[in-house]
Amino acid sequence: MGAGHAHVLYRESASPVHRLPPEVKIAAMVLFTLAVVATPRTAFWAFGGYALLVAGVAGLARVGPGWLLRRAAIELPFVIFAFALPFLGAGERVEVAGLGLSLDGLLGGWNIVAKGTLGVLASLLLAATTTTRDLIVGLDRLRCPQIVTQIATFMLRYLDVLVGEARRMRVARVSRGDDPRFLWQLRGFAAGVGALFLRAYERGERVYLAMLSRGYSGRMPAVWQGAGAATAGQWLVGATVPLVAAGIAATAVALT
Amino acid sequence: METLAMHISNGIVNGPVAAVFAAFALAVLTLCVLRGQRDLDDRLAPMAGLVAAFIFAVQMLNFPVFTAGVSGHLLGGALAALLVGPWVGALCVAVVLVVQALVFGDGGVAMLGLNVTNMAVLGTAAAYLLIALLLRVLPRTPAGLGVTAFVSALVSVVVASQGFVLQYWLGGTTDLGGNLAGLAGTMAGVHLLIGIGEGLITATTVVTVAKVRPDLVYALRALKPAASAPVVPVAGGAR
Repeated sequence: MGAGHAHVLYRESASPVHRLPPEVKIAAMVLFTLAVVATPRTAFWAFGGYALLVAGVAGLARVGPGWLLRRAAIELPFVIFAFALPFLGAGERVEVAGLGLSLDGLLGGWNIVAKGTLGVLASLLLAATTTTRDLIVGLDRLRCPQIVTQIATFMLRYLDVLVGEARRMRVARVSRGDDPRFLWQLRGFAAGVGALFLRAYERGERVYLAMLSRGYSGRMPAVWQGAGAATAGQWLVGATVPLVAAGIAATAVALT
Repeated sequence: METLAMHISNGIVNGPVAAVFAAFALAVLTLCVLRGQRDLDDRLAPMAGLVAAFIFAVQMLNFPVFTAGVSGHLLGGALAALLVGPWVGALCVAVVLVVQALVFGDGGVAMLGLNVTNMAVLGTAAAYLLIALLLRVLPRTPAGLGVTAFVSALVSVVVASQGFVLQYWLGGTTDLGGNLAGLAGTMAGVHLLIGIGEGLITATTVVTVAKVRPDLVYALRALKPAASAPVVPVAGGAR
C-alpha cells in the first residue's frame, strides 16, 4: 500500500505513451473527446478516422484490443438505450429488415454508440497508461484547485482502505458461521455498512496523521518539486492526437 | 423506455446544451471551492476523502431493477451533504464523477457538465436544503436523523434524475416526440426505487456514525447551536 500504487486498469509498461507526462495525456484526451462530440453524426468517415487514431495510440501504448473491448463493456447500459431509439424516435420512418424504424432514431442511436465508444476507449487508454498518483499530479499541474486534488488524493488512497476493511469484516463474518450467498450477501453488507464506514474512517484518520507527520501539506511532493513537468517538446508530441482529431472534425463540419 | 444509468455518455445530449451546463457546473464548483476551503480542516479532509471513496465504491454497485431491464446506481449526494456539508460534499461527488469520466470512461468527458450538474449540484443542493429543514422540524434523536437522511437521499436521487430529463428536453440528440413525459415518468419511477435503497444505506451509515462519533457529522455540527448556526442561512444560495 505504498505511494503510487497502481489501480486495476493500469498496464505496466515503458511505452512512449506511458512516459508522456500525465498533464499532456489528460489534456490530449479531453480535447480529443471534445472534437469527437463536435463532429456531425452523419459524417461516418470521420468516426472511422477517430477509430484509427485510437487504434494507433493503443498500438503505441502496447494495449491489446481484447483488453480494451472487454473494459469498454462499461457503457453497455447506454448502448441498450441507443438500440431502443430507432423504435421510439419520432419523424420519418425507414424500412429495415421489415421493421419500420425512425430515421432520426437510427441516427441518434448511431450517434450515441459511436461517440460513447470513442470516449470510453480514449479514457481507457489514459487509465491504462497513467498511475493514479500521476493522474493527481497531472490535474494539479493543470491548475486544478488544491482542495479538489486533495479530495481526489484521499479518495483514491482510501479506496484501498475501504476495500481492505470490507474484506476483513467479511472474513470475520464468514469465520463466525455466516454463509452469505447471492442476494443475502447484501443483507450482511447493509447491516454492517455503518460499521464499515466508521472503521474505514478511523483507519483512514491514522493514514492521514501518518502523512501529516511525514510533512504532507496538501499537495503531492512531485508537484512542488517540479520534476518531470512536461517540456514544450512533449506538449507538441501529445498535441498531435487532438490536432488530427480537430482537423477531422473541422473537415466534417465543413462538408456537412 | 430502457436503461438509463445516471452517467450521461458522449453524444446523448448535443454540444451547445452540454457547454451551457458545463459553464454552470464550473461556476457552482468554483463557489464550492471558495466556500469549501473555509470548511476543510484537519478533521474534514480525511472525511471528505473517505466520503468520496465511499461514494465511488457505492456507485459501482449497479442496482439491477428487474422489471424493465433498467439499472441505476446510488448517488451519494445526501450522504456527502450530511457528513461533510454542502460545499465540500458537492466537490466530493464532482471529484468522483471527474475521476470516473477520466479513468473509467463512465460518463463522457464532454458531458461532465451535465453529470456534475445533476448529481453533484442538484443532488447535493436538494439534499442539503431538506436536511437543513428536517433537522429543525424533527426531534434530535437517532430516529429523527435517520428519517432526515432517508428522505433527503430519496428526494435528491429523484431530483437528480429529473435533471437529466430537463437536459434531454433541451438538447437530446434524438427527438422522442411525445415520449418526453414517458421519459420523465420512467426516470422518476426507477429512481424512486433506487432512492429507497440509497435512503436506507445513507440512513444506516449516518446514524451509526452519529451514535459513535457525532463530531464527524457536519450537519449536526452546524445545527447544534441552533441560535447561532452561521452556515445555515448561506445554504439557501446552494442552488
